[in-house]
Amino acid sequence: MTKTIVIDPITRLEGHGKISIFLDDQGAVEDCYFQIPEFRGFEQFVVGRPLEELPRIVTRICGVCPASHHMASAKAVDACFGNEVAPVAHKLRDMYYNAHYIHSHTAHFYALAAPDFVMGPDADPAVRNILGVVGKVGLEIGGKVIRCRGLAQEIQRVIGGRNTQDIWCLPGGVAKPLKPEELEQIKPWVEELYDFTVFSLQLFADVVLNNPQYVELILRGPYTLDVHSMGLVDDNNAPNFYHGKVRVVDYEGNEIHKYEPKDYAEYVAEHVEPWSYLKFPFLKKRGWKGFVEGIDTSIYCATPLARLNVADRMATPRAQEAFEQMYATLGGHPSRALLAQHWARLIEMVQNAETLKAYCADPEITSDQVRVIPRTITGEGVGIVEAMRGTLTHHYTCDEQGICTSANLIVGTTNNNAPIHMVTKKVAQALIKPGVEPDQGLLNMIEMAFRAFDPCYSCATHSLGKMPLEVIIYRGGELVKTIKRNC
Amino acid sequence: MADKKLQIALYWGAACGGCDVAVLDTNEFILDVAAVADIRLWPIAADGKYKDIEAMADGELDLAIFNGGVRNSENEHIAHLLRQKSKLLVAFGSCAYMGGIPGLANLTSREKILETAYRRNPSIEWGNRVVPQPETKLNGKELEIPKFYRRVYKLDQVVDVDYYIPGCPPQPDRVRETLLAIVKGELPPKGSVVGAFDHALCEDCPRTKNEKKVKKFYRPWEIKADPDTCLLEQGVLCCGVATRSGCGVRCPTSGIPCRGCYGPPPGVTDQGAKLASAVASIVDSKDPNEIEEILAGLPDFTSFAYRYGVAASLLQRSYRQ
Repeated sequence: MTKTIVIDPITRLEGHGKISIFLDDQGAVEDCYFQIPEFRGFEQFVVGRPLEELPRIVTRICGVCPASHHMASAKAVDACFGNEVAPVAHKLRDMYYNAHYIHSHTAHFYALAAPDFVMGPDADPAVRNILGVVGKVGLEIGGKVIRCRGLAQEIQRVIGGRNTQDIWCLPGGVAKPLKPEELEQIKPWVEELYDFTVFSLQLFADVVLNNPQYVELILRGPYTLDVHSMGLVDDNNAPNFYHGKVRVVDYEGNEIHKYEPKDYAEYVAEHVEPWSYLKFPFLKKRGWKGFVEGIDTSIYCATPLARLNVADRMATPRAQEAFEQMYATLGGHPSRALLAQHWARLIEMVQNAETLKAYCADPEITSDQVRVIPRTITGEGVGIVEAMRGTLTHHYTCDEQGICTSANLIVGTTNNNAPIHMVTKKVAQALIKPGVEPDQGLLNMIEMAFRAFDPCYSCATHSLGKMPLEVIIYRGGELVKTIKRNC
Repeated sequence: MADKKLQIALYWGAACGGCDVAVLDTNEFILDVAAVADIRLWPIAADGKYKDIEAMADGELDLAIFNGGVRNSENEHIAHLLRQKSKLLVAFGSCAYMGGIPGLANLTSREKILETAYRRNPSIEWGNRVVPQPETKLNGKELEIPKFYRRVYKLDQVVDVDYYIPGCPPQPDRVRETLLAIVKGELPPKGSVVGAFDHALCEDCPRTKNEKKVKKFYRPWEIKADPDTCLLEQGVLCCGVATRSGCGVRCPTSGIPCRGCYGPPPGVTDQGAKLASAVASIVDSKDPNEIEEILAGLPDFTSFAYRYGVAASLLQRSYRQ
């Protein structure tokens, strides 16, 4: 008699996620599917729209990380208009985007990831949330987290007018400059954010790295996957979130590809399965080989750890120090330890803050020459940025009036669809044993697998950090047991 | 309502998550709500299972807040369930109120959407013929995903709705005021738009307004508009005149024209018709050829007139019963 375990819903990407686990007669995991049940079809309904409207339409793909779509779209539109962009506009967008990163990474680390480590993976679910974390680390730290995430949001609002459902980018630049008095307003916030990112790194060291059990879990748990890494890098092969080339490195550290955004379709393709609305990207030159690990696989991750795996160094000094320390602990660069994503995320945040500091000291940043009026329409453009949750590609074509004629989007989390599907199955197989009934602690261990990716369907859980989960066990169609994780 | 805690649920349909962020952006106010209400369901924060809703008695909830439109069979199922279980059902945000940006899909077809996403895009695996299906049989195992509907519906095309809160996303201050009014039981007549003002956006816009006479329309990238003068007067299409205020005028004060996310002002049935008549009245010409030339500066007018409201527009003739 076959048992089916359905975890439905987890939370969102464009809607809900669902995990279906099939057990064999002995109760071992025979198969496991990670399904995305929702789809809205942006790629078709942006067709016919004037290009300059796209950056403020595609933000509705995700209201939790809209700035990523806004930036990728703005860059694709710039390219369609011949890439004439005011230089200071690139700097301002990068500044804005680095602030957005701090907001998002802070929310993910403290609300979503920290409960597992601060409270423990099998702690009582009633305390395994952000409130539990605040209770344990103290209100002072809790207050600091809330304040600093808010400051990161506020910096975006000052620079770009809004911090949710962004509107500020126009072809050739941005809609408004940063006034000198606005810069003065931001400066002390940036200093505070820098201190906060360094503090967060120390907190991770104190809570996680000082606990041998956690280090063991990170280094030797079932949370590893032999797949490759993808991320955006600058000319020095350091991570850049707004601009650069896409680099793909295998898990032994060899460069597989390095490409310009405009060439993405030569390197990445998407596989379709009938049981999920979300596509499965893979390395096109290797071909689709199925959900397999190994040095020849065409599957890759695009995550904070992947971005550091493809980088030779960080772009800023304090982040570089942390980068060296992390890989020394992980036993070398690159790393396959998926739970190290959380550490990588904090290191990225240090680079974000250091980048913001540099922009605050840049005399050009308050220039009012923030937009040029484009003179040409090329007909095609690709924009790639690193969304917090993976390499984000927007590709548009347009007619001679600048009206969109086609759009192709490969969204951050989508890159990780295959690895998440694979690691969920791997962890389920490692943890669900014949004769042992799965309990809530085990469910959480399965969740930790995909939570490490910070998939966008977990975006929405950022704020209070609770993934609703239910496992229903059927035996021959009959309900045997329900395990619920309540709030 | 004072002696017994309010029973509240928050749920989403075809949404982006921005509405939930708007609720969270009320910050510490959420704790005040938690003090006077039991939040029974909120998938971003609490256990949100369909079975939990099904297990409730009819009318057990005092208030259900639904964001997102209805795009697939799962969204519709949840909408019916919440209607049945809650005394009040509130359509929260532009998608639930008017279909929202995903409603632009109603200008095309389901077939084209699926064809583009899974077969025609340049990064699709070579030779792929597979399109996701509601039911798949794999090695004797059945896998299910919801049915993707032909079009997007606004919430009240599927179930009876008591109140509407517009905005994409709703402004946190308005959310706070509205939730307070609900907690105190100070509610306007059923069917009202709440959490917004009773006048058009232009009334709150700080840009100076003079006589509106337009000889040429500009797309936002074609012109460096004056930061202090009405955008529409400068020939940049701004939807403020056909839009209800409540957002805080965030776009026009940032140098960016309004796109109408708060929906039509009071007394206006069709937001796009209102915008069309406003535009027609400012075209500075009596010559049919010249008028045509001037209006050619506004390509794809439909997606401006109904950026958030295709599903709610009079263009949408057939409502599914």
